[in-house]
Amino acid sequence: MTRLFSFWLSHRSELASLFGQHVLLVAGSTLVAVALGVPLGIFAARRPRLASPLMAIASIVQTIPSLAMFGFLLPVPLVGGVGARAALVVLILYGLLPIVRTTIAGLRGIDPSIREAGVAMGMTPGELLRQVELPLALPSIVAGVRVAAVVGVGSATIAAAIGAGGLGEYIYRGLSMVDTTVILAGAVPAAVLALAVDAALLWLEKQLSARRRSGSRRAVATIAAIVAGVVMLSSAAAARRASGAIVVGSKNFTEQLVLGELLAQAIEHDAGLPVDRRLNLGGTLICDRALVSGDIDVYVEYTGTALTAVFHQPVSNESREVFETVRTLYAKTGRTLLPPLGFNNTFAILVRGADARSRGLRTIDDAVPQSARWRAGFGYEFVERPDGYPGLAKAYGLRFPDAPRVMDLTLSYRALAAGQVDLIAGDATAGLIKGLDLVQLEDNRHYFPPYDAAAVARAGTLLRYPQLRTALERLSGRVSAADMRAMNYAADVEHRDVAVIVREFLARTR
Amino acid sequence: MPAPAIEFRGVSFARPGRPRVLDHFNLTVEAGDVLALVGRSGAGKSTLLRLVNRLLLPDEGAVLVQGRDTREWEPIALRRSVGYVLQDVGLFPHMSIAENVAVVPRLERWSTERIASRVDELLELVGLPATEFAQRWPDELSGGQRQRVGVARALAVDPPVLLMDEPFGALDPLTRAELHAEFRRIQSHLRKTVIIVTHDMGEAFALADRVGVIEDGTLIANDRAAAVAASSDPRVRRLLDAVPVIPRA
Repeated sequence: MTRLFSFWLSHRSELASLFGQHVLLVAGSTLVAVALGVPLGIFAARRPRLASPLMAIASIVQTIPSLAMFGFLLPVPLVGGVGARAALVVLILYGLLPIVRTTIAGLRGIDPSIREAGVAMGMTPGELLRQVELPLALPSIVAGVRVAAVVGVGSATIAAAIGAGGLGEYIYRGLSMVDTTVILAGAVPAAVLALAVDAALLWLEKQLSARRRSGSRRAVATIAAIVAGVVMLSSAAAARRASGAIVVGSKNFTEQLVLGELLAQAIEHDAGLPVDRRLNLGGTLICDRALVSGDIDVYVEYTGTALTAVFHQPVSNESREVFETVRTLYAKTGRTLLPPLGFNNTFAILVRGADARSRGLRTIDDAVPQSARWRAGFGYEFVERPDGYPGLAKAYGLRFPDAPRVMDLTLSYRALAAGQVDLIAGDATAGLIKGLDLVQLEDNRHYFPPYDAAAVARAGTLLRYPQLRTALERLSGRVSAADMRAMNYAADVEHRDVAVIVREFLARTR
Repeated sequence: MPAPAIEFRGVSFARPGRPRVLDHFNLTVEAGDVLALVGRSGAGKSTLLRLVNRLLLPDEGAVLVQGRDTREWEPIALRRSVGYVLQDVGLFPHMSIAENVAVVPRLERWSTERIASRVDELLELVGLPATEFAQRWPDELSGGQRQRVGVARALAVDPPVLLMDEPFGALDPLTRAELHAEFRRIQSHLRKTVIIVTHDMGEAFALADRVGVIEDGTLIANDRAAAVAASSDPRVRRLLDAVPVIPRA
């Protein structure tokens, strides 16, 4: 509890801005959904043959999980991609169904004799709609808007996965850092927002059903004023992106958050350019797509990942060669791969620090003689992958007396520290390596493919801001695997603020 | 001799796929007359009214209002010059009594002052003082009061023709008698051309100068009320015997 409040306190301007973005996403999408859904509902209510297929389509759209919907939209031009625009499109699609449905229900629920009275009194179809049908259907329509808005508050948290901002950023950040406080920091305000929206629209609905026109006018005016006020405040709060800001992206795990912050602070400090942080953008493909479309200007990629996942090239073990291949491929697509940051986030063969010191182990070769008396513990994936254990054993001639114990990757660090196993394969930059006093043995035969971290930026942005290239190049070789581990440790284990961790690191290495 | 206010000339009408409701139907209503059309449920009475204000168009023949074929009338203008009191009133539940009465004047873009004074005048006319009723809501009124509002609403722009579809059918006998008297009082001032349809011969005699009887889509009687009351036609007698009410002289 105290941690949650102190997190909010220390992040209050960011919180306000994310909250503002969230409100804008929901308010914007709901308003557009009303503007589209009500006419669509009116249209469908008058053509019963059209209503059924329309509702069927809308229902199908509704059943698509929102994350999948963001995925479908990624490659679609104009509406797709990453950022707030794509998120708005998805939220509008979700909001349409309840609004169309309640508009149809509201219009169909009107007593036919009332409609006939209107026609018989000489109302044109437009006058009948404005003066009789819509006012009578309004409570029903507002009920639909309420559903749309409340669902929207929830769906908008998922929009953070494609960099649309909003309170979902905390939720995703918390999930990737396995930090409940950060998850709650986003989830609690989102829940409060949903409850507030629900209560306000429920109140409006009741005012409208009371059939007191003067009263309902006042109610509509009140809600409109509140919405306008909140939207204005939110726009002010959400206006994070200064014009001409460099947009820094990152994937959705701790190390990437740290690296995104690292790029951001380096750009702000060394290049003197404003930065818009779009951190926590889901996986590799989302970041790549965002970079291609210009939604972000720069993020940190790993050479091996770029080679296989982005460019679909065969694996190579030669670090320099992989870097050059990837750099050429990026250059062909209008992007520039900057020099490596200095660490390689590959598989790491780890032993206890005590063993390494007492036996003078530095490389995997050094450990081969020990393997006859050791037990190994590996994650599921490492045991299966061709570039995992089978190849490793062959390349180094490792021979363990028993088959390696297969266990959860995170647990294997603790198993090693506790002496249950003697050698594991972890991530080279895992914070736990430092936390548990483990030592990485060097892959002296270059068995593992290289995953050198390097910033990749849009070539156009680099041309426009020469100082940006200088700032990014200054990071070259500056982050060792030990540095990265220490920063991951500070974030993951000590739950320290990423911005502070990075600031201290930059100050120390400047 | 001016044209009759309403004239049916050989009108036939059938709902799609259903037997004919009206079969070469002829009827003339002179200006200022109150005609009650009596017939069993399903005899085509409501259809007749809807043909007058062009909610329906005849399959054959023509309906003339003020001497003009309803096909030639602009439907909106026609409906605004024909007051219509519905069977189930059809007051707009989201509007106050005053707003309900003011609907057609507002559609006709009258000035606010003119609407306000007209609403007061009409509510006074139907026995609902504006000071007490103007700002109330339809669901706060009794059935009889709602029907009075329905009449006021139909008269709002002073249309020469008034159509009433079972206007007092759902009311208790005492309230109905009260409203019958009220209607005669109002009509003696306004001299509208009125067609009332009802299944109740007693109501017909209470309200109308002339009574028509419809059966199987044609008019089997159409005469002064007293003459119809004395009819020897067995089909008319059946209706008369159902409600033995002495006609006004």
